[in-house]
Amino acid sequence: MIEALRELGSYIEQKRSDCVISWGACNDELNIMVAPSNIESFVDFLRSDSRCKFSTLVDITGVDFPERAKRFEVVYHLLSMYQNHRVRLKVSIRENEPIQSVVSVHPSANWFEREVFDMFGIMFQDHPDLRRLLTDYGFQGFPLRKDFPTTGYNEVRYDEAQKSVVYEPVNLTQEYRQFDFKSPWEGAEYIMPDDETEGAT
Amino acid sequence: MDGTKGFNDALTNEQKIRNFNINFGPQHPAAHGVLRLVLELDGEIVERCDPHIGLLHRGTEKLMESKTYLQNLPYFDRLDYVAPMNQEHAWCLAIEKLTNVSVPRRASLIRVLYSEIGRILNHLLNVTTQAMDVGALTPPLWGFEEREKLMVFYERACGARLHAAYFRPGGVHQDLPDDLLKDILSWAEEFPVVLKDIDELLTENRIFKQRNVDIGIVTEDDIQKYGFSGVMVRGSGLAWDLRRSQPYECYDEFDFKVPVGKNGDCYDRYLVRMEEMRQSLQIIKQAIEKLLVERGDILARGKITPPRRAEMKGSMEALIHHFKLYTEGFHVPEGEVYACVEAPKGEFGVYLVSDGSNKPYRAKLRAPGFLHLQAMDHMATGHQLADVAAIIGTMDIVFGEIDR
Repeated sequence: MIEALRELGSYIEQKRSDCVISWGACNDELNIMVAPSNIESFVDFLRSDSRCKFSTLVDITGVDFPERAKRFEVVYHLLSMYQNHRVRLKVSIRENEPIQSVVSVHPSANWFEREVFDMFGIMFQDHPDLRRLLTDYGFQGFPLRKDFPTTGYNEVRYDEAQKSVVYEPVNLTQEYRQFDFKSPWEGAEYIMPDDETEGAT
Repeated sequence: MDGTKGFNDALTNEQKIRNFNINFGPQHPAAHGVLRLVLELDGEIVERCDPHIGLLHRGTEKLMESKTYLQNLPYFDRLDYVAPMNQEHAWCLAIEKLTNVSVPRRASLIRVLYSEIGRILNHLLNVTTQAMDVGALTPPLWGFEEREKLMVFYERACGARLHAAYFRPGGVHQDLPDDLLKDILSWAEEFPVVLKDIDELLTENRIFKQRNVDIGIVTEDDIQKYGFSGVMVRGSGLAWDLRRSQPYECYDEFDFKVPVGKNGDCYDRYLVRMEEMRQSLQIIKQAIEKLLVERGDILARGKITPPRRAEMKGSMEALIHHFKLYTEGFHVPEGEVYACVEAPKGEFGVYLVSDGSNKPYRAKLRAPGFLHLQAMDHMATGHQLADVAAIIGTMDIVFGEIDR
């Protein structure tokens, strides 16, 4: 399994060395880092090349790494039903950097890219219809970014007096608690307020 | 224009025909949940179809980032709530792949057994409600009776009829008693009769055929372009089944056939689903046969699973392990993984990015229905308004998994 993936990886790298930044195979999966400017032509190559034949787009998603200079990673999963193999493409982009849409190659990318735009605020160039998909009409912000609070900013309820649905800022009687459960001996980064050993270390 | 001024010409502005836009849903009995379709109609022919989804969006992926791996498991029951355990399966597989845990044999068999029960649960609901969408009232009543029995099997295994949380990373929660296995087996003997009844109601039914044959045809090209999976692929003649082509768990040792359709229309997909239920019965019978002889543990004992109760009474380490597991949770090594299962609706996948802590850094849930619904515009265009209900039915849409 892993041998076949390595072979495929080096074949792709050799064919399209301008697109592939690096590649590797682990967990029985082939990962390829792709240059952002070439993603569309690369996906098209993978679809049409007879040895790759990655004709099905399985998934597009984003991952947010706020501490990196290239903050977002856009991850593509492709599948070939004919050759029975899978590949994962990853593209790193900066916060306000747009990325080329692959809708022209895979029409199924349409909603995936809309969802990534909705959740992360990543812009897709030449997307036919880049609207929000899952969030409410008129929603502000990008929920899956790490700096977006889990509780959100607005809440919605039905107001009996106004006889309509109203939006209000989130008002919690108790702060939303994020437990980390990490042992104070390993992992925890905070220092307790009355910790007397603070000066000692 | 009340006619007082008279008409100079036969054609007036009023007679200019304008396409008609209607809202299908969000509260429509045939929308299978909270689907809002904006349909542009030319007479009764659909010109454009714009699905508005997200009315059931609960932010599962965001919530998962602040919960431990084990606490996240029940969220999967709430995705496709028609066949809950199949989703849990994908999550467990993803964690097991990253932590390199191999599931004990008995747990693996139990997982196969309950995945197939889930498949029958799903297909029963889908076949019968699709029939209801096109005008048959009896099948859902008969089908739901069987679903009820299957849910009792769910309940007897894990205590919940729907939100099971039964598959756990490293195995399954609890072992199955023999009398439950025997009851499932005797149900599996009786079920073909019910299946035959439903079959006789629908398969040669004139109205059912008129509403389904040649409706919503999917070609091989459509499958690739729109990323279909599951029955949407098999209905068009491609024998693509992840249980067969990329076997996971212990599916490779089971004897079952992958039914395929010929024309790729709604009717063929109905036939494929009916046959898949029969094949699932075969798998269920084989799994029970094996489970009745092969005994053993049902959890891979280690860091990611709890210690035995009896052990906790005597061993301090076991007690600490139990406490730490259910408060801090287990840590998953850094890395990323994509695990998928052949859920009844198609390929259900989990893309998991771990940073080595006790919570997933990012988890993306890949729902098959999401892609199927996306192709709604492509499939419904050119069909009659009444066929929209049939197409939604055949796509097997459940909003829990699409909106997440």
